Order: sequence, then C-alpha cells, then structure tokens
Amino acid sequence: MLFNNVHKHEWSDQEVEQIIGNLLRGGVILAAIVVGIGGVLYLFRYGSVFPDYRVFRGEPTELRSVSGIIRASPSLHSRDLIQLGLLLLMATPVARVVFSVFAFARQGDRMYVVVTSIVLVLLIYSLLGQSLTIR
Amino acid sequence: MTTLEFTFIVATGSLAAGFLGSLTGLGGGIVIVPLLAIVLGVDIRYAIGASLISVIATSSGAAAYVKEGYSNIRIGMFLEIATTLGALAGAALAARLAPSLIAIIFGLVLIYSAYLSGRSRPDHLDDDAPDSLAALLKLDASYPTPGGPRPYHVHAIPAGFSLMFIAGTLSGLLGIGSGAVKVLAMDRAMRLPFKVSTTTSNFMIGVTAAASAGVYLSRGYIDPGLTMPVMLGVLLGSLLGARVLMKVRSRILRIVFCIVILLLGLEMIYNGLTGRI
Repeated sequence: MLFNNVHKHEWSDQEVEQIIGNLLRGGVILAAIVVGIGGVLYLFRYGSVFPDYRVFRGEPTELRSVSGIIRASPSLHSRDLIQLGLLLLMATPVARVVFSVFAFARQGDRMYVVVTSIVLVLLIYSLLGQSLTIR
Repeated sequence: MTTLEFTFIVATGSLAAGFLGSLTGLGGGIVIVPLLAIVLGVDIRYAIGASLISVIATSSGAAAYVKEGYSNIRIGMFLEIATTLGALAGAALAARLAPSLIAIIFGLVLIYSAYLSGRSRPDHLDDDAPDSLAALLKLDASYPTPGGPRPYHVHAIPAGFSLMFIAGTLSGLLGIGSGAVKVLAMDRAMRLPFKVSTTTSNFMIGVTAAASAGVYLSRGYIDPGLTMPVMLGVLLGSLLGARVLMKVRSRILRIVFCIVILLLGLEMIYNGLTGRI
C-alpha cells in the first residue's frame, strides 16, 4: 500500500470532488457564453418578429440531432449557435460521468467503474441512439 | 408581442424563478413550466424541453457544493442508474401521453412538493446498525460538521433505488429536477443526513436531466429561441440566490413560494381538466 503510493499518486475522493466541481462549472460557463452570443444574434435577427409557441410544430431536423447541430454550427446562424450551446450544456454532465469512470479506475475501484459505465451508456444512448433510430 | 418583448418577459420570469428556487431549495424548474404554459400560453412540450435544459444548468452551475464535501459521489453515481433509466422512461412516456394529462400530473407533483416543503425535516440520529448492502456498495461515508467529520450509515437501498426510478421518470416526463421525490428517497427511506441528501440530489439532477434532454432534443421539443432566455435567466437567478442564501433567513419567503407552487398546481390541474393545455 505504502509502496503503491510512492510511485503512483492515487486521487482521494476530495481531489476528485474538486475536479468535478471545476469541470461542471467550466462546462456551464462555456455553454452560457455560446448561448448568450447566439441569443444576441437571434434578437437582432428575429427581435421584431411575432413568435408563436402556442402551436407545437417541432424543430427542424438539423436542430434535433447531435450530428445535425454540429454540422449546422459553422454557419453561425443564431438558432444553430444557441442549439450548439445547449448541446454543450447537455454534454457537461456526460463529461462529468466520463471523468468519474476514469477517476474510479485510477482509484482501483472496479465496482464503481462498472456502475459509472452503466450510467454513461444510458446517457450516450439518450444523446446519440435516439437520433439514429427515430427519424 | 414581438420576439424581443417575449424574450424579455421569459428571461425576467426565469430569473425570478431561478432566484426563488435556489433560495428556497425547491428548484427553479418547478415554476418555469406553469409560467410558460399557463401565463404565456406556450405549448407544454416546448415548456418542458426548456425547463429541462435550465435544470441541467442550475445543477452544474451551482457546483460549489460538490467541493464542500457534503455530497456523496458514490451514492450519487449508484442512484443515477435508477434516475437515468427513469428519465428515459419518462421522456418516452411524454411523447405518448396527451398534453392535458401531463398538465394534471404536473399539478399533482406541484401540490405534493408544496406540501413536502411546508413540513420540517428533522435530522436523524444515526446510531443504528449499518446495512450490509450499503457496506458492499461502499456507500457509508462521513460529512463535515463544526466538530469534525461525522460518519453516517445508509439504509433501505432497494426502496431508495425504486423511489429514484420514479424521481427520474417524473423528471423526464415533466422537465423538473424532482427534488421532492429525491428527498423522499434519500431523507426518508435511506435516512441520509439533511445536507448530504440535498447536495447529492443537486449533483444527480444534471445527469438525470441530460438523459431525458437527449430524447427531447431528438423529438424537436427543444426550441432555441424559447430555451435561450429560460436557461440564461434561471442560471443567473439561481447563482444570485445561492449568494443571498448565506445572508437571509428564508422562512417567510419559503412559505410564500410554497403558496405560489400550490396555486400553480391547482391552476395546472384545472387547465388540464378543462382541456386548455
């Protein structure tokens, strides 16, 4: 045990918590900036139009999937940019789970590597699986 | 009403919701959907999509609590299996249920939340025997107190896990953080210390909401123009609320917010029953 600590620094739960806290905060700040820029552009472009959210129409296909949003984002169109920011926000908890798998692996906690991986698979299914199966 | 005016109203309402939600610990999402659906006449599916996004933002944005060492990451990760499964089920259900039925369920959850937060939550004295399943899953831990770290035991894991599945389902169906059901699971069933259950619940909400948000996104329920002011407003409001929280005693505010939630709940049920939503 002592020998182990000498050549490989194990992360304590506190250190993992610090990193997770920073990761979450960083992701949200980044997402908020992208959404904010998109929002300003959106209001310049559509500010004087009359919106209608009473009737549900659903979003166009390019704003519905991860691949669609990423493909549309270089156009810097305001709605695409907001959607990209929202996607970054949705990716933040996913990044946290990915990091947790890594952190538990480094702590040698196999059971929690499995537990965390199950959550990760469910999240990835939600974000990517849907867009592959539902059209 | 132009988009500029509409965005301004939504942002202001979201700011207030996020502020009150974090000050009272009830979360902002719970009033966003009624605000959009009843007051502004937004289709409930758009409203739920926007609220879900704001829930992710507040959970991750107020990440300071993770660093204070109250939240139990192992309990959080383990229970997230239940909440993400529930969230996927709830999001699938949302596409099949009539909007008016969703409104009625939403109203009932609002009323229940108001009732639950109106009650006091005594901290349990933890001198009972440890649970063997909790030991196996390494869930027992300690939390910081002024007198040094204080150990606690976790109980009734199957009951807590099942309740968490329900919390996840409600989150995916209604676009809320389901704080009330999570409290029921962790406070009452698993008998966690107050600070540990609230902070761990906050920590889990982001992952739970992200699971259902993926489904909402692919169904076209997340509209950028509507979600933008909701997300930014709630996020800013909840960060402000967390600042103020340290300074004010929020008992009266809590009662007022409870009454607001109760009225919104009744309004949602009325609108659902009369087919207006």
